Amino acid sequence: MNDIVATDDYAAIVREIALAHAGQPGALLPLLHAIQSEIGYIPSSGVPIVAEILNLSRAEVHGVISFYHLFRTEPPGAHILYLCRAEACQSMGARELEAHAKDKLGVDFHQTTADGRLSLEPIYCLGNCACSPAVMIDRTVHGRVSLERLDELLEDA
Amino acid sequence: MATQSIKVFVPSDTTARSVGADAVANAIVAAAADRCLDVQIIRNGSRGLYWLEPLVEVDIDGKRYAYGPVQANDVSGLFEAGFLTGGGHEKSLGATESLSYLAEQTRLTFARVGIIDPLSLDDYLEHGGYEGLGRAVKLEGAEIVSIVTDSGLRGRGGAAFPTGIKWKTVLEAAGDQKYVTCNADEGDSGTFADRMIMESDPFVLIEGMTIAGLAVGATQGFIYLRAEYPQAIDTMLAAIEIACEAGYLGSNVMDSRKIFNLDVRVAAGAYICGEETSMLESLEGKRGMVRYRPPLPAIEGLFGKPTIVNNVISLATVPVIVAKGAEIYQQLGMGRSRGTLTVQLAGNIQQGGLVEVAFGRTLRELLEKFGGGSASGRPIRAVQAGGPLGAYIHPSYFDTPLDYEAFSEFGALIGHGGLVVFDDTVDMGEQARFAMEFCAIESCGKCTPCRIGAVRGVEVIDKIRGDIDTSANLELLKELCDTMVAGSLCALGGMAPYPVMSVLEFFPEDLGAA
Repeated sequence: MNDIVATDDYAAIVREIALAHAGQPGALLPLLHAIQSEIGYIPSSGVPIVAEILNLSRAEVHGVISFYHLFRTEPPGAHILYLCRAEACQSMGARELEAHAKDKLGVDFHQTTADGRLSLEPIYCLGNCACSPAVMIDRTVHGRVSLERLDELLEDA
Repeated sequence: MATQSIKVFVPSDTTARSVGADAVANAIVAAAADRCLDVQIIRNGSRGLYWLEPLVEVDIDGKRYAYGPVQANDVSGLFEAGFLTGGGHEKSLGATESLSYLAEQTRLTFARVGIIDPLSLDDYLEHGGYEGLGRAVKLEGAEIVSIVTDSGLRGRGGAAFPTGIKWKTVLEAAGDQKYVTCNADEGDSGTFADRMIMESDPFVLIEGMTIAGLAVGATQGFIYLRAEYPQAIDTMLAAIEIACEAGYLGSNVMDSRKIFNLDVRVAAGAYICGEETSMLESLEGKRGMVRYRPPLPAIEGLFGKPTIVNNVISLATVPVIVAKGAEIYQQLGMGRSRGTLTVQLAGNIQQGGLVEVAFGRTLRELLEKFGGGSASGRPIRAVQAGGPLGAYIHPSYFDTPLDYEAFSEFGALIGHGGLVVFDDTVDMGEQARFAMEFCAIESCGKCTPCRIGAVRGVEVIDKIRGDIDTSANLELLKELCDTMVAGSLCALGGMAPYPVMSVLEFFPEDLGAA
């Protein structure tokens, strides 16, 4: 558990990030991105800190976090596999790829494998639609992903 | 060796990299080193001939020759074949500019895409960059606005509203602060033109936004850029920094004493934030809930101030219009659709990619002549145009010309120019279900027809597909679609029924009709 920052430390990290962003107009999204990029997710213990510093209610901060699909409130796996579910990828076999990935990993969307290695998330378009189907692992997009290619990518991840 | 190094271009855009361009670049570096050859690798953007990616080009006496699709294990063979001097190889495609896919296009917005190193300001300037802004700094705001109006440019995000009229409204609106915002939340499936501009020619977007700022008196711009495009974010941020340092952004734009600052704001995966008022809410740091209109964003937009909201392609087209004059743009196209459209061929298509052509070409030309038919080789059964809210077009309409009005005549839309191709293995009932499912996932929840209607839509379609009380449920589905179209606050709920209704009309055998 050495990689995981102790919960008590989050308060200091969140406070520092929130103070650094507080001056800019419309600060909340950039601020939440910064927290997620630093900690890996947005811990619920950070909500009151952000609310206080931005002079918002906790409900407002929570409402923004819950509105956007890409903000996480739980720690993700070591890697995140985003599977594109949109139409261009559907036309090239994304539904089969989705079933294969869920079967292979033993998880559904928004879940993490038991060993904590990989989280599976749906995504609606990576803009890679001429080389469908597409997936993204962390920040790297892969195109023309066959079932076999997905297996290879998962082994390398 | 005293000779000049040989320039080899290996694209660095997301799609090229998604199919192995980085490994190809590394293999070329290694193979050149092994052979003691002086090779300079340039990571250009993509030409947009995506079925040929990774597309490697070699510069021979100032002319570029293409090889593709190249994989890393092709590289030693290419060296054996002498590709650095134009040697023949099974992956050889000849001179890049002569490839008919490119030669048949009219590239104005995409003039530099795939040719230059995206972050080389020198490359940008050598290829006509900042000519538009150079002209704009000497003009009054109203003069810039009339050039854009005269060009006939309409919003390329999908709504096709005349750009010049929007700008005029912002110019004439009173406000101590005005904003230029770029909607780069390109969420429609089958579209990637915005991403290509941002990754392959980022300065053109910066230039377009700066011109917009000068035109309406706005000193601050924001690019609302989707989080699903990590490379576009990195490239835009780097380009903005370079432009600032070189005096093209900041407090003295091109020594004009005019101010324009630009920031990137990263979205967080909500499709609805591509709707302009929802995007403004999101830029303000709120939930992306759609606003009532009026007031228009041009009058009361970001932080309540007059605001331009334009798509990436609209803004990236402004520099060439201002540099070369409204006439060169206006003379292209048909009817009220002037200039060029950046069509994106996607999905089950043999030759997917970016095709910039004047309005007026038919869907069939795009699908067959450029696209080469389906990727699977099977007959094309349907094409979804204009993203997830666009109708599924039946082949009997493939002779329709690209024209906003011609498409809307039969309930279809051009939108952002994406064409997603499906072959005859598609289950159109499943596609209709997905349209409602997607709307349910992405609804902001503000209005009832969208929030509840989409969920009920999925349920009703499931019943029809399960042969439960089919004719009554078909009737119910049609009524539900009518309610959503007529009663929703914005285009998400208002148009999500379009693909469903197109399935009912053109592919009834897949949804309910026995």
